[in-house]
Amino acid sequence: MRRRLAAVVLVTVALVRGGGDVERAQAASSAVAIPSDDAAIVHALSRLTFGPRPADVARVKALGLTSWIDGQLEPQRLDDRTAEHALAALPTLTMSIAELQRQYPRPKAAEKPADPQMAPRALYDRPPPENRPIRIVAEMQAARLVRAIESERQLREVMVDFWFNHFNVHAAKGEVKWYVTSYERDVIRPHALGRFGDLLRGTATHPAMLFYLDNWLSTRADFTVRFGPNRGKRAGLNENYARELMELHTLGVDGGYTQQDVTEVARAFTGWTIDRPREAARFIFRPALHDRGAKTILGTRLPAGGGQDDGERVLAMLLRHPATARFIATKLVRRFVSDDPPPALVERVAATFRATDGDVRSVLRTIIAAPEFWAPDARRAKIKKPFEYVASAVRAVDGHVDARAGFRLARSAAEMGEGLFGAQPPTGYPDRAEAWVNAGALLARMNFALALTQRRLPGVAVDLSPFAIDRAAPEVTLDRLLLSLLHGEASSQTRAVLTAQLNTPEIRRQTVDDRGPADTDVEKLAALVIGSPEFQRR
Amino acid sequence: MMTRRALLKAGACALAAVAAPPRFLARAAVAAEARRKVLVAIFQRGAVDGLSMVVPYADRDYAAARASIAIRAPREGDAGAAQELDGFFGLHPALEPLTTLWRSRSLAIVHACGSPDRSRSHFDAQDYMESGTPGVKSTPDGWLARAAGTRSTSGSPFRAVALGPTLPRILRGDAGAISLAALDRFDVRATAEAAVARKGFESLYEQGVQDLLHGTGRETFEAMRMLKSANATSLAPANNAQYPRSRLGESLRQIAQLIRAGVGLEIAFTDAEGWDTHVGQGAEQGQLANRLRDLGASLMAFTQDLGDRMGDVVVLTMSEFGRTVAENGNRGTDHGHATAMLLLGGGVRGGRVYGRWPGLARERLHEGRDLAVTTDFRALFAEVSERQLRIARPATLFPGWAGAPPLGVIG
Repeated sequence: MRRRLAAVVLVTVALVRGGGDVERAQAASSAVAIPSDDAAIVHALSRLTFGPRPADVARVKALGLTSWIDGQLEPQRLDDRTAEHALAALPTLTMSIAELQRQYPRPKAAEKPADPQMAPRALYDRPPPENRPIRIVAEMQAARLVRAIESERQLREVMVDFWFNHFNVHAAKGEVKWYVTSYERDVIRPHALGRFGDLLRGTATHPAMLFYLDNWLSTRADFTVRFGPNRGKRAGLNENYARELMELHTLGVDGGYTQQDVTEVARAFTGWTIDRPREAARFIFRPALHDRGAKTILGTRLPAGGGQDDGERVLAMLLRHPATARFIATKLVRRFVSDDPPPALVERVAATFRATDGDVRSVLRTIIAAPEFWAPDARRAKIKKPFEYVASAVRAVDGHVDARAGFRLARSAAEMGEGLFGAQPPTGYPDRAEAWVNAGALLARMNFALALTQRRLPGVAVDLSPFAIDRAAPEVTLDRLLLSLLHGEASSQTRAVLTAQLNTPEIRRQTVDDRGPADTDVEKLAALVIGSPEFQRR
Repeated sequence: MMTRRALLKAGACALAAVAAPPRFLARAAVAAEARRKVLVAIFQRGAVDGLSMVVPYADRDYAAARASIAIRAPREGDAGAAQELDGFFGLHPALEPLTTLWRSRSLAIVHACGSPDRSRSHFDAQDYMESGTPGVKSTPDGWLARAAGTRSTSGSPFRAVALGPTLPRILRGDAGAISLAALDRFDVRATAEAAVARKGFESLYEQGVQDLLHGTGRETFEAMRMLKSANATSLAPANNAQYPRSRLGESLRQIAQLIRAGVGLEIAFTDAEGWDTHVGQGAEQGQLANRLRDLGASLMAFTQDLGDRMGDVVVLTMSEFGRTVAENGNRGTDHGHATAMLLLGGGVRGGRVYGRWPGLARERLHEGRDLAVTTDFRALFAEVSERQLRIARPATLFPGWAGAPPLGVIG
């Protein structure tokens, strides 16, 4: 193993908040060596961004890896005009829920497919119609791709993807499509590098989550509807949010709660509902729907008459529960280090989480400063998810995209199995290799590589000429491609196969008089590199 | 260490490299001759309400527990009510097309079936049903993958196939199962000289380390060549079968194409989503009825399409758990315990509801609220594996399970 540690940088973790675990967490995560050789920079870029662009390694090297990481952790300081310019073509991104509901009204019954389940591919297969609600989701998908490819605030985009998936909502469910823009913009994005507690409370009180997991309808058992079309009907408890809040958002399924806890948490959240869901949806607590009785949750008694505070207390308890720290730490380490998170690192990351009350920046610093993050067996250990693969491929060939490209690229990710905002179960999408590596998806990746390099993706600007300065010298072209796209980490097998390709007449086109190679099919060669086993990894 | 799967694959590739097309054609011909047994598994993800799908209308506690969502008891000439099965159970009216199969005794039902594990987590319960090891999360592979690996296989890359964009847990493992979203898109597509690109990609995955990526890559190209030579995508549905244009309908249509093309299919799997009816589940009409209508129409089209070949096929439905006996505050149902599973096809001893009915009286319910499990799903899956996939000791597919007497649901 070739490992040059050119220089050693000491990273000190600034842990702001007090707490019993501070010293331990600090001892574990400060004074750790961050290697700064080129391979380390490539590794950092591959984990903390949606993949390096050709010039990125030199750029980060000039800046210093540590300074670059610091910059990524303070994204508001980074100039992001390129991405913002491209996003200006997507008008729904800045609209309020009320505006979206006004400007993208639900289609009349006759225009609607009888059952949304009957048209599952509609989200991706048609160009998004201009004035249909489906346009809202299409613009959200496009914006994700545009940001992943163009934004300088790469780590924040990575974390937006992570947290949205953690607090997943399915855009195709009912009203969620009008809420999802605000959900990502107002809850997920501002806190993606902030405090876990803000994410937790923000999602708990957002119409998107209230609707998706049905809490807006959950009432005390003996509640009778007094107004509207359901007047006189009995409502009652709905456990959906309560269960997923503990299983998926905080404690984890083995976090030590019981069915009784689920029911009691559901009672605590009765009355957390949506005001005017079809006009200007926003969170409201309605005391009339609330179960005023005493509750016992995870052994703690909430006295009768707590009102909205019942739910607030549950969120606070869950935030500080050690199982939550461990569960979030495990998922983050799986994202940033390996499919099988090293237990010792999970413990240290959980300690930081507890010591800082869930400060995402501190938690990420602990991960990045960990020897496990830089360990040889962690390098290229992760298989890219489809969204990561698509974005990283465009970045690797230094491609640039407009909003229109975003729509098309979102469809590509969907064909590989990851339709953005389209995960129906509350678990979101999995983050392990087995979930993404299969015959159909692998083929979809290869076809995407061809479409990208052959410039068949509308709105994606790709210029491969820098790789083929001398088209008559295919070996040089190949070397450049391997250096830029795989950073010299091509296996000997891959190198040999690609070198052999250079001798096929279709790749190395002969001149008419056969006096030597006249041209190199750099598009096909680049597609092979992007479709290679190495490029599936990060 | 080289896994058995890797060895199989390496071997298959070596052969393929020498004489690809003739060998595949020969294999396909043999497969067609043998009239291979096929198991088609459908996972109803989200936990289907077994009490609405197969209605215990004669249980005296049924209607009372479900003020707004109970299905009307069968009545002569009432197409909107439950469809009579056996004097106790009725099929949801949206499944009416399946009553023909019930009468011809090719549809059987196992009710009060489910997991011995008490989890009400979709994720965990699906995981247990797919790994075949309730309560054990560390099982590396799925039980259908183990089944595919246990029986003597056709050696075809299509012996175990999942329709969909990802390979489900149930088929992950050493069996070399493949997954694909659409047969007609299963090829390398390029503006020019697609063959060059195909060959190039294939070479990249041909040799090198034995890992998930390379193994999958090799299977992909082997399957692609076979699909081309068998021309499966050109087969239009036979016998005027009309598939719904839903995801499930599309999946079953393509599974039928693979069966009819004789590519050596033995195990097929697909998902049907949308069963998590917490709110506004509906009764004879509504949300759940729409999903069931899709299921019934898709199954009916599949049966018609295959015609006589259905004699070699068994379709099995499964779902991670059932739903609460009582409806919740939103005319829906929350996560419960036991549910109902359907079997249809040639070898099925149909026209009968199998399994002991535990009853819906409160004291009979699991944890005071859910239909109790009287048939461990492993008993059903083991029997299907033994009878349909000819696996000699099917209990071994389910580590940690002692086995159970067969229900007799497959002849």
